[in-house]
Amino acid sequence: MILSVIHHRRGLAAALGLWLVTAAGPVGAAPAIEFNRDIRPLLSDNCFACHGPDTAKVKGGLRLDLREAALRPARSRKAAIVPGDPEASELVRRITTSDEDDLMPPPESHKVLTDAQRELLKRWIAEGAHYEGHWAYTPPVRPAVPAGANAVDHLVRERLRAEGLSPAPEADRRTLARRLYSDLVGLPPRPEEVVAFERDPSPEAYAQLVERLLASPHFGERMALGWLDVVRFADTIGYHSDNPRNVWPYRDYVIRAFNANKPFDQFTREQLAGDLLPGAALEQQVASGFNRLLLTTEEGGAQPKDYEARYLTDRVRAVGAVWLGQTVGCAQCHDHKFDPITARDFYSLGAFFADVKEPIIGRREEGLLVPDAEQARELERLAGVMTQLEQRFAGPHPELAEAFVAWERGQREALDGDGRWKPLAPVEAISAGGATLTVRNDASVLASGAAPDKDTYTLRYRSEFAGAVGLRLEALADDALPAKGPGRAGNGNFVLGEVLARVEREGDEPRRLRFKSALATHEQTSHAEANPYKRWPAVAVIDDDVHGENTGWAVLPQAGQRQQLLLEFESPLNLGAGDTLVVELRQHHGHGQHTLGCFRLGLTAEPEAVNSPAALPPPPAIAKLLRATDPQGEAARRDELWAHFKQVTPELGPLREALAAARKAQTDFEATVPRSLVTERLDTPRLVRILPRGNFLDEGGELVEPALPAYLAAEGGRDGARRLTRLDLANWLVSRDHPLTARVVMNRLWRQFFGVGVSKVMDDFGAQGEPPRNPALLDWLAVEFMDSGWDVRHMVRLMVLSETYRQASTVPRDLLARDPENREFARQGRWRVEAELVRDAALSFAGLLGTRIGGPSVRPYQPEGYWENLNFPPRTYEASPVAEQYRRGLYVWWQRSFLHPSLLAFDAPSREECAAERNRSNIPQQALVLLNDPTYVEAARVLAARILREGGDDDVARLRWAGRQVLVRELGAEELRVLQALLDKHRAEYQAAPESAEAFLAVGLAPRPPELAAPELAAWTNVARVLLSLHETITRS
Amino acid sequence: MKNSSEVRQLLAQRQTRRVFLGRTAQGLGALALATLINPGLLRAATAKSDRWTGVVNPFHYPPKAKRVIWLTMAGGPSHLETFDPKPKLAEMHGQAMPESFTAGRQIAQLQGQKLLCFAPQFKFQRFGQGGVEICELFPHIGSVVDELCLIRSMTTEAINHDPAHMFMNTGSQIAGRPSMGSWLVYGLGSEAENLPGFVVLTSLGRGGQNQPIAARQWASGFLPSRFQGVHLRGQGDPVLYLGTPPGVTRCQQGDVVAAVNQLNQHHDTIVDDPEIATRIVQYEMAFQMQASVPELMDLSREPATMLELYGCQPGDGSFASNCLLARRLAERGVRFIQLYHKDWDHHGAVKQGIEFKAEEIDRACMALITDLKQRDMLRDTLVVWAGEFGRTPMSQGGDGRDHHNAGFSIWLAGGGIRPGMVYGATDDLGYNAVEDPMDVHDLHATLLRALGIEHTRLSVKFQGLDARLTGIAGRVVKDLLV
Repeated sequence: MILSVIHHRRGLAAALGLWLVTAAGPVGAAPAIEFNRDIRPLLSDNCFACHGPDTAKVKGGLRLDLREAALRPARSRKAAIVPGDPEASELVRRITTSDEDDLMPPPESHKVLTDAQRELLKRWIAEGAHYEGHWAYTPPVRPAVPAGANAVDHLVRERLRAEGLSPAPEADRRTLARRLYSDLVGLPPRPEEVVAFERDPSPEAYAQLVERLLASPHFGERMALGWLDVVRFADTIGYHSDNPRNVWPYRDYVIRAFNANKPFDQFTREQLAGDLLPGAALEQQVASGFNRLLLTTEEGGAQPKDYEARYLTDRVRAVGAVWLGQTVGCAQCHDHKFDPITARDFYSLGAFFADVKEPIIGRREEGLLVPDAEQARELERLAGVMTQLEQRFAGPHPELAEAFVAWERGQREALDGDGRWKPLAPVEAISAGGATLTVRNDASVLASGAAPDKDTYTLRYRSEFAGAVGLRLEALADDALPAKGPGRAGNGNFVLGEVLARVEREGDEPRRLRFKSALATHEQTSHAEANPYKRWPAVAVIDDDVHGENTGWAVLPQAGQRQQLLLEFESPLNLGAGDTLVVELRQHHGHGQHTLGCFRLGLTAEPEAVNSPAALPPPPAIAKLLRATDPQGEAARRDELWAHFKQVTPELGPLREALAAARKAQTDFEATVPRSLVTERLDTPRLVRILPRGNFLDEGGELVEPALPAYLAAEGGRDGARRLTRLDLANWLVSRDHPLTARVVMNRLWRQFFGVGVSKVMDDFGAQGEPPRNPALLDWLAVEFMDSGWDVRHMVRLMVLSETYRQASTVPRDLLARDPENREFARQGRWRVEAELVRDAALSFAGLLGTRIGGPSVRPYQPEGYWENLNFPPRTYEASPVAEQYRRGLYVWWQRSFLHPSLLAFDAPSREECAAERNRSNIPQQALVLLNDPTYVEAARVLAARILREGGDDDVARLRWAGRQVLVRELGAEELRVLQALLDKHRAEYQAAPESAEAFLAVGLAPRPPELAAPELAAWTNVARVLLSLHETITRS
Repeated sequence: MKNSSEVRQLLAQRQTRRVFLGRTAQGLGALALATLINPGLLRAATAKSDRWTGVVNPFHYPPKAKRVIWLTMAGGPSHLETFDPKPKLAEMHGQAMPESFTAGRQIAQLQGQKLLCFAPQFKFQRFGQGGVEICELFPHIGSVVDELCLIRSMTTEAINHDPAHMFMNTGSQIAGRPSMGSWLVYGLGSEAENLPGFVVLTSLGRGGQNQPIAARQWASGFLPSRFQGVHLRGQGDPVLYLGTPPGVTRCQQGDVVAAVNQLNQHHDTIVDDPEIATRIVQYEMAFQMQASVPELMDLSREPATMLELYGCQPGDGSFASNCLLARRLAERGVRFIQLYHKDWDHHGAVKQGIEFKAEEIDRACMALITDLKQRDMLRDTLVVWAGEFGRTPMSQGGDGRDHHNAGFSIWLAGGGIRPGMVYGATDDLGYNAVEDPMDVHDLHATLLRALGIEHTRLSVKFQGLDARLTGIAGRVVKDLLV
């Protein structure tokens, strides 16, 4: 049965005990019952869903999570628990009854208590039904350890004695060296380093090696791996288009923090609230990028309220995972069923982040500039130049007073430009592309229906008009259009390619009308890189398409507004009775439905209306100023007009150009400086309300302010009327009496060095998690961690210097059977190393690995088309050049929706959610990666070249040398025989087919030493592939 | 991550390891045994089969279906131009959508815009014995409608593509949950030799509205990685890193694998590590896949009549080709085969968009049903045709439709499903599912039931909860089952 098995899985002590009885013989008298270890998990898993903390769901008026409530008569008037009297306890009757109606847990829950579990509950009640506060919510107390003893060893061995186990002997030095290198720097040791260590007779040799590795800059890289998983660091946004964002400087911050041994409390404050620290330095602002690491979306049609709620819950889950070890996610919809966290706690926790400035939907901003020292100096210099020019531009400029008056007069005249134009209503409007063109009462034309990418509108007018000198096209906004038009593209834009006009008269040849000038109220300058005009100008509509059909007049970003295009005829035009003016609007841009949605044509007889600089009406903002009459705002209006005038007057042209050049120099340089998303505070935080059942459409929930979870902090940590901040949250998380943070962090650290946590469940320290197998050990570590000033390196040192750490990982079968998961640490663990380290090792053996610390993400070779399912925009993967190709796995570009397949195969998480631990799977894809991924084929080839050049003169010497490089040991006779046989066979085969050897050796960018014969190198490459693919190679033991 | 029962199982396996390794050395294609987290059962270790056989044993109910072919119409097909006729909507064309329909509902891109009724763009015709009305553009599907169970009352919680796919695949909008394919392989194991139990194929439409699909849609989430879907790609290596490096023959690759395994085996005699046996099996499996997958993907050996039935050419990467591949995968015992066909996101020009889609899928869907039927495989193969949501009865931009989650259509066919049935209905305008509404959890619960699984009993502890495909909901819709 699945469920009963699941009970075993979560390590119920009782269940495991039972099994030990059958597997290894009786282990002695029943130990004393401990509520937290033995009873709470049972009650939690089987009873709390209906008789626990979720007050809305309590059945029968009975709660079993609180002793007082459990002893009180329930709604049935019977007491569930009568301490000391199991027979009188309704609970006992209900779990043992054969009446299906009464049986607990009820059959429909599919929960079944085992006989042993029933006995345990009975015994517990018989012994007085003692409760304990949940272990993880009680601040840890330092257990007594004899003076001079290594606390880790002492506390582990106390358990071993109780369990009748004895520690494994110390591992050999080669194993210790490989283990330490893997755990502390994540790289394999070089054989000479191991030999030196093996030969060092000093009793301090081990400690010295530890210190050397702790001081290595690679220590920070190694420690960052786990942290980046738990905070879900990635280079892309995650949802839908999964576009890039700038965050890699945050990774550098993490690496540097571990290398500088930044105290963990400070590390916490800087990430949650770096921006709120007094005088926040650049480093602290970069750290606050933590708050930006969540999944975000750019999807069109995403609803802000929906995603606001998603972001809030994402951040609360992160705090739960990173610091609290609490699965708070459940409380998004209802009070937690197993732990005392309520929906109010959840949303109050979320409210801490309501001041994080961010677009809810859409592209993330570029982020804060993160210059190095030299770049910072240059930025300062450029800013100085700007300031100087800006001051000069600011004026006061008395010399321009007259010009200003003249300009203003002209603008006022142009204001009334509309009166000089006569709108024309077409008698016929036809779309060649099948759009429906409707002529409306105001003479405007609205397009609807089919919206092809290319279209030509043909409009016919039979209005009489004398002395026309200009044609005007008004592009009009309309609610029926996307983004209110005037165009039909999704963003309201259009591209008008060409305007052709002619006069038709029955019996005559049509007469083409030509234009001599074109002006527009606005010309688009964006998206014009490939446009020969470098903009989308009015003049393109009368250029006879010399620059092709897809150029034209366009108006972004001023969509949703009326725009005007003024065309001056080469010679005046008279339209009489019988004349038809035909205007063709060609719109052949060719994609994205860039056609006009709403427009109107008109004629004028006044030359000033079409060709003078004042012909174009002032922009709406200026027009508004000019029309205003309210005497109150007069002074402010004059200032605004003056400011606008300075932007257009030719007198200031050179200064404006100098400013533009300086600004360009500044932006060009800034573009070369890294940027990182950081936290900026909103002055007015977003409102946060409790969302009933997590439903963002339900606005009936109560508004909440930031508050700490009530079950962990009295009064939610409130401090008078002051609104709590992220800094308050951070300070609380790392306060000396916090029961969770230090335990959670130490449990993760322990897993890094021993393979399994003291509590096996890394992400849940609540009732459904697993109480630590050795609570004294975890408490001691937690207290020591806090008392040391949150000194991470100190704790690492303590762990790896212990004898417990130095034990052998190979053990006799009977011990393996006694403690298959190594929960008691009577030996060391052995496991396949993390995905990134698999890569690092192969590159390291080849001598290819780059050792620079930090920097932008890099792109190793990746199968073509792997990103084919990405869109908006579609992306092509380009592998990094040689200089960046061989960087550590830590720096690989983290594309959330399509993580690099080699990393994925070895269980690297996508980092869409916080991951406190990784799987350690063993699947065929791993074999395919090691055998066929070009990175590994290339690493094997380069390693083979090293073998041939450095490994000695004959096959055996070379094989032995290769074995020492990769496995740091001597190959045995059997191993040598297997490899020699492979070498002989492939050498012969490649000598017979040198072209195959050439093809094989062409994999990868790394150069190939010219002096090495292809068949020989190819054969050795296959030997190297074998070595890189071995289980031992990728295993830390 | 290991647990005690798993390790116990591994220890038990080691008793027979010599025999087992002997078999792999002879290239008998033994499959993966270890990294199993088959809770509580020593069965897998003692059984003759080396294959993962799943945790549902015995079945909770007699299974009707053995495998699933899920045709995901990605982008959100309009039910109004496919399977849900709405003459009333045609009458209301151009008029304001009554607020009584839309109040309090989620709206995607039409937020804050005037909501106007938009008539169905095609006529509907009656098909089959029951005279089921289907859009005239889908006559081939119409010709097999008596095999289908058409559901016109689906609803879903999500209204944007990415979360909606996640919800349809995993029952949750939060990343990190296993996809249904992963649950199924975890629950039932796989019968496939040298192929993964959960396979994904993707194809593009020519309308250009190809929404992105993330690999998380076929991820195993908190289940072990071995249960993840494997994307068989139309270009390059069908499985990532499947191809032997250039200049290395299959025989030489075999030499390398054999040497790796011999050295691993030798190492095991010294360190006695159960993981090594697993590693050896994985290398063997990988090597076998290098041959079996290209053979599977090669449609050129299919008879011309078969290619004609589906309307595809070998190597054209079309949805039709993928349907034919799905049948081949089903024949080889793959448990869950999921096809994504994109380009259903018709915010604009829904009329032309649906025409494209009909050309791409109509014949292929019919062919798959027909082919399975004539091989007597429809009996125990469950076919699902579904998008992640439907589309609005309101127009977007005058000729398109926006995302819509309050009512849309899907169909099921085959193993355990009642054929020739129409279930549920939307209101007169195709907005809300009003008759027998069915949500995604219900769908999952019902499908699992057809596969012999009680949805409340297929669970794994995750973050303190008995996590299930159906969350804390799900109702088996027995009317749909035979």
